[in-house]
Formats: sequence, structure tokens, C-alpha cells
Amino acid sequence: MAALLTLEGISKRFDGGVEALAAVDLRIGAGEFVSLVGPSGCGKSTALRVIAGLLAPSRGAVTWPGGKPAIGFVFQEPTLMPWADAVGNARLPLDLKGVARGEAEARAMRALARVGLDGFERAFPRALSGGMKMRVSIARAIAAEPKLLLMDEPFAALDELTRQALNDDLLKLVREDGLTVIFVTHSVYESAYLSDRVVAMTPRPGRVAADLALSPPRVRDQGYRLTPEFAGAAGRVSAALKKANSE
Amino acid sequence: MKERGSQQSLFATRYSLFAIPFALGVAVLAAWEFLVRHYGVPAIVLPPPSAIWAAFAGNFASLMASLWVTFSVTLVAMAAAFAGGLLLAVIFSQSRLVEAALYPYAVVLQVTPVIAVTPLILIWVGFDRIDLVLVIIAWMIAFFPVLANTTLGLKSADHNLIDLFRLYGASRWQILTRLQMPTALPYLLGAMRVSGGLALIGVVTAEMVAGSGAATGLGWRIIEAGNRLEIAKMFAALALLSILGIAIFFALSLLEWATLHRWHESAVKKQG
Repeated sequence: MAALLTLEGISKRFDGGVEALAAVDLRIGAGEFVSLVGPSGCGKSTALRVIAGLLAPSRGAVTWPGGKPAIGFVFQEPTLMPWADAVGNARLPLDLKGVARGEAEARAMRALARVGLDGFERAFPRALSGGMKMRVSIARAIAAEPKLLLMDEPFAALDELTRQALNDDLLKLVREDGLTVIFVTHSVYESAYLSDRVVAMTPRPGRVAADLALSPPRVRDQGYRLTPEFAGAAGRVSAALKKANSE
Repeated sequence: MKERGSQQSLFATRYSLFAIPFALGVAVLAAWEFLVRHYGVPAIVLPPPSAIWAAFAGNFASLMASLWVTFSVTLVAMAAAFAGGLLLAVIFSQSRLVEAALYPYAVVLQVTPVIAVTPLILIWVGFDRIDLVLVIIAWMIAFFPVLANTTLGLKSADHNLIDLFRLYGASRWQILTRLQMPTALPYLLGAMRVSGGLALIGVVTAEMVAGSGAATGLGWRIIEAGNRLEIAKMFAALALLSILGIAIFFALSLLEWATLHRWHESAVKKQG
């Protein structure tokens, strides 16, 4: 499988001396769904920001063998512009790129429909629930048709049912668009449900402790959570994390 | 659960926001009229509301003309204060060097007692351009809240949103116009509400200090009426000033509501 991006020896030390990452090596293939799991403060979010180009690493490099693709980013907070309605928010990447208004509007509406927000296009963020705001955030991330999706604990602040629904909606989008996803999460179960690969990181300064290949069924639903395969996958992730934590 | 009974139903309609202070005003006026007559208070000390009304009616034309003068100068001063404060705040947001250099001087302008400076401005600008003097003085008082609040607002953009804008390759101009300025809008509108009142105070104060010459605003009318012991007329002019101040305040509040009510937390109706 072609590598989409590689991290070689990425370290990051912040002003003030905090060493968030220490020599992270990672290779992500096109089309993979990779979760980064680890304890708080282990540098998962930092790694994501380095990949996105929002932070420069102190050492090491991020390389894109096939060229840097269009990237979508989803934060833990929906991070919507309160003064714009759902379409206005979803259109942002397109507006910033200078896409014509009519086309930007149409693409944003389509993205909102794909995340299940038909009928809410003109709603303002303050009228939307947490789950709906997160859907707008995802619509925004996919509106510009990215090839790589970076997600930083996007569902952590939501209730369990909403979270599971969004998990399934995300998998559907990923399948439809052939997206590569790097997904940061605290949740062992979420990573086991969503990913082809789970990368466990050590506590700060973060380093890759384990890199597990999972093989979930290609099309899955919540029923998968009740199967022994799922339990096995979750168990492996859990064990890897425990081991990483004790290093 | 027991309802908060009569207090709750009193505020049930929107009219209560006007009706309650209005009722109080009427009661105070009635008491005033009665007490002044009853105790025989001299008219040059405290005229009864009826005398004030008579003075208003009797000097209607000149008072209205003065009201218009004060109002139009205030309007110009307000516009200049909003524009100047906003422009300077935008400049500050783009250059920390300029901000560091100029901000203290802006503060100096703010705390300078305007009355002390008015004669100086009069001499510099010229006695034949009193209007300009009034605008300058009022601007000095009114622009700082706009500058200070808008500067704060421009700096208050959500950090994650800034990151998102950078991620999608936004230019500095795009970040300013699509992120920082909408973020600053509630701050700006709140400051404008305060600034409008300050501009009025500035104009009236400057009118009083600038003396005669071409001055025909309400501030000067008040001084003139005081000099002639036409106390009822003075009160009438004061009442007009108050009404003008209230009207400006409400107009700016309405502007704030109209701009923000669809999306801002401040305009959300409280539940229950």
C-alpha cells in the first residue's frame, strides 16, 4: 500500500521546556484508518497538529511521498463561527480557497446532507445540539473533498448514543470517499471499533509504543461491538496501552 | 412549584419595560407639581412641571433649533468616534509595534479633562469653526471605549478557529475580515452604546465652554437661560437633552439587537 505520509523522528519541545513528543516514527498508508491512543498529555494532539502543518517539529520531518493532499481537520470542540449558519460554516474552506459562491454553497449543502443535517442548513450554531454542531464541523471538514482527515478526539464531549451514531456516520463517509483518517482518541473501544490500525503512545514525552493491525469487518454496525472479535481487538489495544503506560 | 406570582405576571408583556418607568415618571411629576405649589417654592429655584412645559411651548422654535444643532453635531462626532476607534483598533491588531507605541497616548486622550482642553482647541481651530471644535472635543471623549473594546474583540478570536483558518491557507486579510471582525462585532456594538452617550456629553460640555459666537446648541441655551434666570426654560432644555440622550441610547441598543439577535448568546431569551 502506498505511503501517504511518513513521520521520521518527529520531536517537539515547546517554549517553556515541555517536551511533548520524542522521536516519533510513523508511516501511514493511503486509505488507512489509524487511531492514536494514549494517556492525556502524551502528545497525540501535538502530533496531529505537526502533521497538519500547524506546528513545526523541533526535530524530524513529515514527508508526503505522493505530495501533500487536501486535509480536513476536526477538533474536539465543534469550533463553529457563531455568526454564520450551518451552510456558512460548512462553506468556510471553500470560501477561503476562493471557490465561486454558488458552487461553494452547493458543495456545502451536499456535505451537510451527507452528515444528516438536511433541513438545518440555515440554523445558527446556538440553536444546534452538541451532536449537530459536531456534524457541521465534520461537514466543514469534508466540504473541500480532502483525502486526509485529521480528527482530534472529536466525539469525546458527546453522549454515548450520539457518539456511536457519529462513529457509524464517519465510517460511511470514509468508505464512500476512500479517505485516510488519523483519529486521536482516549477511548479504547472507539479505537477498536473504528480503526484498521491502532498506534499506542507512551506518556509524555510521547513515543510510539505499539502499532497494532486490527481487521474489523469492512462494513460494520453497532452489532459488531457485541462480537468476540471486537472484544479481542479491544483487549489487545487495552493491553498495549497498559504496557505503554508502564514504560 | 409556586409561581413567582404577581411579579412574574407584571413582566409578562414587553410593554411593561416602558410602562413601569413611565408610570414612575408620571408619579414623580405629579408629586413635584403638588409639592412645589404646596410649599410655595420660588420659580427661580425649582419651577413646577407646568411652568417648564409653558417655557417649552413658549420657546418651541428656538429650543427645537438648538436641539437639532446639538443632535447633528453629536451625530457627526459619533460617526467619527466609531470610525476612528474601529480603524485604529484594526491597525493595532495588525501591528503590535504600532499598538505599543500609540495605545498609551490614546489613554492620555481619554483621561484628559475635556473642559480644560476646549479653550485650547478653540484657539487652534478658530472661533469661526465652532462646529469643528465641538466635534473634536466630543470625539476625544467618545472614541476611546470603541478603540479599547474593539481592540479586545479583535484579539478574542477562538484559537482553534485561527488554526483552522491557517490550515485552509487563509490570508491575513481573510482572517481579519472573516474571523476577527465578526468576533469583535459584539464588543464594538456594546462600546458604541456607551460612546453615543459620551459623544452627547462631549458636545454639550464643549458648547457650554466654547461660549457664544456661533454656538446655538442646547448646551449654550442652558447657560444662557441660567444667566437670565429663566430657570423653567433651563429645565426645558435639560429635559430635551435627556430625551435626546435616551433616544440615542435606544437607537444604538436597537442596532445592537438587530445585528446580534439571530446568533449571539446575549440576545438569547432566557428559558423559564
